[in-house]
Amino acid sequence: MTSAVEFINVSRHFGPVRAVDGVDLTIPEGAFFAMLGPSGSGKTTCLRLISGFEAPTGGAIRIFGQDVSAVPPNRRNVNTVFQDYALFPHMSVRENVAYGLQMRGVGRRLREARADELLEMVKLAGYGDRKPGALSGGQRQRVALARALINEPRVLLLDEPLGALDLKLREAMQDELKALQARLKITFVFVTHDQGEALSMADTIAVFSEGKIAQIGTPSDIYDRPQTRFVADFVGSSNVLSPDQARAVGGPARWCSLRPEALRLVAAGGKIAGQVQALRYLGAGTRVVVGTPGGEMTALLPAGGAVPAPGTPVALDWDANALHVMEGEA
Amino acid sequence: MSRDAILPVRGLGDRLTGLFWRHPGLMVALMLALPLGWLVLVYLGSLAALLVQSFFSIDEFSGLIRREFTLSTYAELLRAQNLDIILRTVTMAAAVTLGCAVIGFPIAYFAARYARGGWKALFYLGVMLPLWSSYLVKVYAWKLILAREGIITWATGATGTTPVLEAVLAIPVIGGVSLSTSYIGTWSVFVYVWLPYMILPMQAALERVPNSMLEASADLGASRWQTFRTVVFPLALPGIIAGSIFTFSLTMGDYIIPQIVGSSRRFIGQAVYQLQGTAGNIPLAAAFAVVPIVIMVIYLTIARRKGAFDAL
Repeated sequence: MTSAVEFINVSRHFGPVRAVDGVDLTIPEGAFFAMLGPSGSGKTTCLRLISGFEAPTGGAIRIFGQDVSAVPPNRRNVNTVFQDYALFPHMSVRENVAYGLQMRGVGRRLREARADELLEMVKLAGYGDRKPGALSGGQRQRVALARALINEPRVLLLDEPLGALDLKLREAMQDELKALQARLKITFVFVTHDQGEALSMADTIAVFSEGKIAQIGTPSDIYDRPQTRFVADFVGSSNVLSPDQARAVGGPARWCSLRPEALRLVAAGGKIAGQVQALRYLGAGTRVVVGTPGGEMTALLPAGGAVPAPGTPVALDWDANALHVMEGEA
Repeated sequence: MSRDAILPVRGLGDRLTGLFWRHPGLMVALMLALPLGWLVLVYLGSLAALLVQSFFSIDEFSGLIRREFTLSTYAELLRAQNLDIILRTVTMAAAVTLGCAVIGFPIAYFAARYARGGWKALFYLGVMLPLWSSYLVKVYAWKLILAREGIITWATGATGTTPVLEAVLAIPVIGGVSLSTSYIGTWSVFVYVWLPYMILPMQAALERVPNSMLEASADLGASRWQTFRTVVFPLALPGIIAGSIFTFSLTMGDYIIPQIVGSSRRFIGQAVYQLQGTAGNIPLAAAFAVVPIVIMVIYLTIARRKGAFDAL
């Protein structure tokens, strides 16, 4: 399988700020690739390095094997769905979608017919004559998507594509994007700070922290087998155990992580004793914060079971194989 | 700390706030009363008076104004010498507007897209500074710069570029004996004096174009020129139109610049000045004054039809 995008020791420094710092990355063709991280972690800069809006201060970027260091954005066969959609307010929806073809010199009739096809694909048939200002957020998102796809890019970049949508719409769009990607077989690269979105949509996730990639792998790699404390905490708020704590509960003397849903509350026995400190009702379950001699630990109890009141002394137990050793921590 | 659900009234401010809260229209009415009174009575009133005057005529023997409705004053506008004045003024106004737009755009673009912090302050200072000194002082200063014995003549002599200046002055119609008596000179001063009025609205319009829109255009394959033509220019157009309203109408109404820097060929402003002063022909002066208004209305109508305000 060829690689769609390749970063070789890529850096992007803004003066003293190392937005991207020595990143090596390979995005295989046809992947649905997520760049996940908190704001300021360098994920958006990486996306802009692919589209060409930023130039690396070090290293090389290859798109389908070709070095793009000296290629401006308009000559990269890569298109972007912008976070604010960046639709042209003075053009109709159809003109917006047809813009990419217009810039290539395709005649009006042909490009508008193609634009209508794409509008139909994103379920906006009949909206061509409207102005973007007359559309809802979700509709604008679809227009932006259609516009970015009209040039049949080899890589589609999506910058926080669902960030501005409400929950219901976000979930619907997640499914649609996934289906669209499966159908078009274009490499999708999307940036998000929402770990749930990354886990549910991507087939590969790169977790960014302070300009570097903290971990790269499949969603279950990232979620079940975090390699660093940062990943364990950022993706799903795992309990992190120091080497001493891990040894105290019968594990190896290494940094370990424990998923909240792997913890059980038991009346007596268990691996560690504590006291319930706080509860957070989540609907599908309840998050229980338990104070233990080694610090707070969080357990996620499924809905329907008994939930102890704050102040209740409890013990925590888990299956031995739930304790995961983080290889990335010394 | 009071534990009541309603806090006590602290004075007149709270009382008024309560009054305005209960009657939202009251505040708007108070706010608009004075400016609206001014606008309707003083501003539109005088405009109406002007319009009415233009439909009167002057008795050629007595020199008295005949207060009867007639179109004869407007017919007089169509005489060759008066049409000349109108045509000359409109052409100059259009040339000045174009000049201001072409010179002002890069400055406005730089200020809107690149200037940050100190540079932005410097931009505003640079654009506004000329407005701090008297208009007359600037115009006379330009006369000194452009005159036959002025700085430009001296500078071309010192650098051996006199033939260039002579070639420019030899251009028919817009050239002349010296820069200060040619259309080139008049145009230069107009452009200089009205430039800030073009730059500021243009800069405001460009500032509202988000960077991502330019990036989206490049992302979709547009060259810099294509992006300018299809995205930047249409989005800046309302600002350019706003600026051109200033430069166009200010040029059409001005009578000082062409008098100080120019030839004896008159502009509308000068015609109005002379007609209402020495000649005492108020109706014709009024009719002349209506011309720029009519032209502006036509201009804005065309601009609107062409979709210049679609991006607003």
